[in-house]
Amino acid sequence: MQFMLLFSRQGKLRLQKWYVPLSDKEKKKITRELVQTVLARKPKMCSFLEWRDLKVVYKRYASLYFCCAIENQDNELITLEIIHRYVELLDKYFGSVCELDIIFNFEKAYFILDEFLLGGEAQDTSKKNVLKAIEQADLLQENRPRQFFFLSAQLTTEKPL
Amino acid sequence: MPAVSKGDGMRGLAVFISDIRNCKSKEAEIKRINKELANIRSKFKGDKALDGYSKKKYVCKLLFIFLLGHDIDFGHMEAVNLLSSNKYTEKQIGYLFISVLVNSNSELIRLINNAIKNDLSSRNPTFMCLALHCIANVGSREMAEAFAGEIPRILVAGDTMDSVKQSAALCLLRLYKASPDLVLMGEWTSRVVHLLNDQHMGVVTAAISLITCLSSKNPDEFKTCVSLAVSRLSRIVSSASTDLQDYTYYFVPAPWLSCKLLRLLQCYPPPEDGAVKGRLVECLETILNKAQEPPKSKKVQHSNAKNAILFEAISLIIHYDSEPNLLVRACNQLGQFLQHRETNLRYLALESMCTLASSEFSHEAVKTHIETVINALKTERDVSVRQRAADLLYAMCDRSNAKQIVAEMLSYLETADYSIREEMVLKVAILAEKYAVDYSWYVDTILNLIRIAGDYVSEEVWYRVIQIVINRDDVQGYAAKTVFEALQAPACHENMVKVGGYILGEFGNLIAGDPRSSPLVQFNLLHSKFHLCSVPTRALLLSAYIKFINLFPETKATIQEVLRSDSQIRNSDVELQQRAVEYLKLSSIASTDVLATVLEEMPPFPERESSILAKLKKKKGPGAVSVELEDGKERGELNGGGDRGGDAAIAASNASTPSPSADLLGLRSTAPVSGTTPSAGSLLVDVFSEAGPSATSAGVNDDGFLSSAPPTVASEDPAPPLPESDELLNKFVCKNNGVLFENQLLQIGIKSEYRQNLGRMYLFYGNKTSVQFVSFNTTVSCPGELQSQLNVQTKTVEPLVEGGAQVQQVINIECLTDFIDAPLLNIKFRYGGALQNISLKLPVTINKFFQPTEMAAADFFQRWKQLSQPQQEAQKIFKASHGMDTEVLKAKLLGLGTALLENVDPNPENYVCAGVIQTKAQQVGCLLRLEPNAQAQMYRLTLRSSKDTVSQRVCDLLAEQF
Repeated sequence: MQFMLLFSRQGKLRLQKWYVPLSDKEKKKITRELVQTVLARKPKMCSFLEWRDLKVVYKRYASLYFCCAIENQDNELITLEIIHRYVELLDKYFGSVCELDIIFNFEKAYFILDEFLLGGEAQDTSKKNVLKAIEQADLLQENRPRQFFFLSAQLTTEKPL
Repeated sequence: MPAVSKGDGMRGLAVFISDIRNCKSKEAEIKRINKELANIRSKFKGDKALDGYSKKKYVCKLLFIFLLGHDIDFGHMEAVNLLSSNKYTEKQIGYLFISVLVNSNSELIRLINNAIKNDLSSRNPTFMCLALHCIANVGSREMAEAFAGEIPRILVAGDTMDSVKQSAALCLLRLYKASPDLVLMGEWTSRVVHLLNDQHMGVVTAAISLITCLSSKNPDEFKTCVSLAVSRLSRIVSSASTDLQDYTYYFVPAPWLSCKLLRLLQCYPPPEDGAVKGRLVECLETILNKAQEPPKSKKVQHSNAKNAILFEAISLIIHYDSEPNLLVRACNQLGQFLQHRETNLRYLALESMCTLASSEFSHEAVKTHIETVINALKTERDVSVRQRAADLLYAMCDRSNAKQIVAEMLSYLETADYSIREEMVLKVAILAEKYAVDYSWYVDTILNLIRIAGDYVSEEVWYRVIQIVINRDDVQGYAAKTVFEALQAPACHENMVKVGGYILGEFGNLIAGDPRSSPLVQFNLLHSKFHLCSVPTRALLLSAYIKFINLFPETKATIQEVLRSDSQIRNSDVELQQRAVEYLKLSSIASTDVLATVLEEMPPFPERESSILAKLKKKKGPGAVSVELEDGKERGELNGGGDRGGDAAIAASNASTPSPSADLLGLRSTAPVSGTTPSAGSLLVDVFSEAGPSATSAGVNDDGFLSSAPPTVASEDPAPPLPESDELLNKFVCKNNGVLFENQLLQIGIKSEYRQNLGRMYLFYGNKTSVQFVSFNTTVSCPGELQSQLNVQTKTVEPLVEGGAQVQQVINIECLTDFIDAPLLNIKFRYGGALQNISLKLPVTINKFFQPTEMAAADFFQRWKQLSQPQQEAQKIFKASHGMDTEVLKAKLLGLGTALLENVDPNPENYVCAGVIQTKAQQVGCLLRLEPNAQAQMYRLTLRSSKDTVSQRVCDLLAEQF
């Protein structure tokens, strides 16, 4: 996989992960172009498209689009399930994850992704193992008084993914 | 688990994020961000030492701001500080910042590498994983240099935790992809391969990605993985859906691992060992059988995972291309998917069938689905699916169904999406040519193409129809009649006028017997279109007219009248005016014989690859076109012709005059004549650049002398560089050692070495006489701009050089940014009282700072495409000035400093290279392609890099080497 982008229906980038070295300028250009292309597609269209010389695999979950660019010999369907597994991981970790969780805890979304995919390849596909790694890390956190999210009321206003 | 219970929320961060979200306008957001940036900056600069938590919070805010799309130019140091924190979350945020916002600051990288080193040796698996994730995320060369040796050890060590092994495997993969020269598996190879047997499925999943990549580059060293992969696959395929516990995904056992195993096997030919092969065939059959079983779940995840394995298995079957039974079964399975209700499956089935169509075993089976595919082309609602259908029709086309497929594609073109029209036009044109039994059908098809989609008919297409008509006399009369009819239409596309003008100008005589298409009727028809056409077409028509005068003397008066009219002879367009004047003169003074010779019918074009095919190849990448190859002969033709066919056509259109694309006479010379134009241009540049630096350097040195010592006699000024110094410079572009200069008194030898953006050069001054040189003094200077581009340091040499002795001087060079000029070396000494004063260019050229980069074909083409802006490319076409021996060429290209990439260019005659130029300011990736044409003794050299000056400079330098 060359990169993964998460963006909202309004075209706001929520998470970006690049597995190939590119300049910031190039990244911005790619993001702009892809977000536009994907948002322009209709709901029943297929989840794959040819883009430059890559294949783009995307899927929408509630208000968020998950979009991966893979190389020509890579498998589209299994990439679609990579996306799904990542969503499952987020969902399990946050508990009915929604876009706001990813906005406010973007660093966690990155950590979970790193445990699941590294260098663009699946590191471990077992949900249990990935979550175990994340939870172990959470246990290592220093014992600060728990900070309750003052926004938690808002969380329920958005549809779960 | 609600979000609130996780981790330690950073309240300040949450407040900031919600502030940003509450901003009503972009301006408000920017204002809020600037305020925050100022706050963070003052906190970082403040006297009070920040505690870890605050540092973490601010670094996290910076990260958030960066992810919103703003540039961040500080905070790196604080992030690096966090790396050495012993609190996990602080370390974690530090690493995240570094991964997202790497900076090439070398001091920083040293610190980062140090922190990583500490964590790797900490034996704390969570810390080790964090460090490995960081290396994998950054993947830079510096990191590869620091850790490529250590990571394989971690990967295979017996006491490494599974999770660390997984990270280590993928970390190594990333480093290998970026800097393959630094990752040496050697002694680890067999232990890495045996990770396929690891008990932990996660370890196997991670390791197999690494093994696949290594195998594709070094298949022989890793070939023992084949039998291991087959047995692992067989165990998974035959396991019950619950055996693999958490590695079962929606009732499908280990789908990711299965796909990766099947993918690994595609790096190899079918297993030679009968037992292994038998087991593998059994696996593939089981996978095909499972596709027929009723689904275990209605969830799309179940069917996706199952079908992912199926498609990967089919890819392997196609890759082997040796099991007719499996190929036909695969084709039938895909046939079922063609009508599946899931769009995704229809798309993939069309795509996969495209490759099946090229196998002799399954080509016929694919053809049976023609009606379904045509239907898909007509009814699919998603353009990307229709595109696949068009691709498949193209791939399954052969003599038996060409007429049907071409007709369907033509009718689809009338309503096709704009985005795919051009490609469709190319495909129709290729099929029409390739499977033309009678050429009248071919001519009809192309003219239809122009009629339906004229705007999308590129030059290559109409050049090609003209080439074919000219080369086949059996179709010329028909072509003339058909274009004549086509031109009758009140509104016809300009491309039609071009083809019509050309063909009637050549073969109008073949239909002139019919009074309905008498010479004058033909001429009037053409001329009625003249005023609606663009300049290049008008130019072409003028040439057609002069050809008419030769073909039909009776039209001479009428045509001369037209040429003589003010709108022609005084046309403001210089090309049109020139043609009108010259043709008028030619027709008035030349005898019939001369006219007949000058305006003779075009000779046949040399047979060569269709330039259209080359164009399609460019559009789609080499893989896409090769599916339509039927046999070795055509493959040879495709690869052998390369882009050259297309170039002649394109070269014609690029030449200096505005309209030669339409030039009847110009097309006669098919050699890339336009090559002379750019090289003449660069010659001019060279002359200037030579005069430029020497003049300025004299000035610079003058100043130096003025300030340090009283001016001496004029002859003490450094001499201007020797006239041959450019030539001497060129001698050293592809080599680092040798004799730089020699005359009767002095010999200067040179040895140099370069690493990254640094270089060291040893100069050896040899006194060839038996008398000592006195006041021996050498200076190295960087004229003009070069001062800010190169940092050159040297020590003075002893002022006395004994007879027969040699003195050595070391020069240290640092490349700050890319540069064009060379530093000047001035040597002054007295020999028998006479002052000797010699200036030379030091052979320091930008290519010395190349770091070779190995990459696979796919990577190369991807990067090549990414560098497609016109200013990123520099190209030269030039005559060979030395022999064109392959080994010599290779040696020169390697000497240039780039990696010579094998098996990348589809044409084995060509060379492609890749490298990164290391300067202090930046790294400039460079791709190179050299296409020799032995027959014409010419080369075409193309350079692409992210920086225009670099492309141009490397191109100029290299062009002098062959």
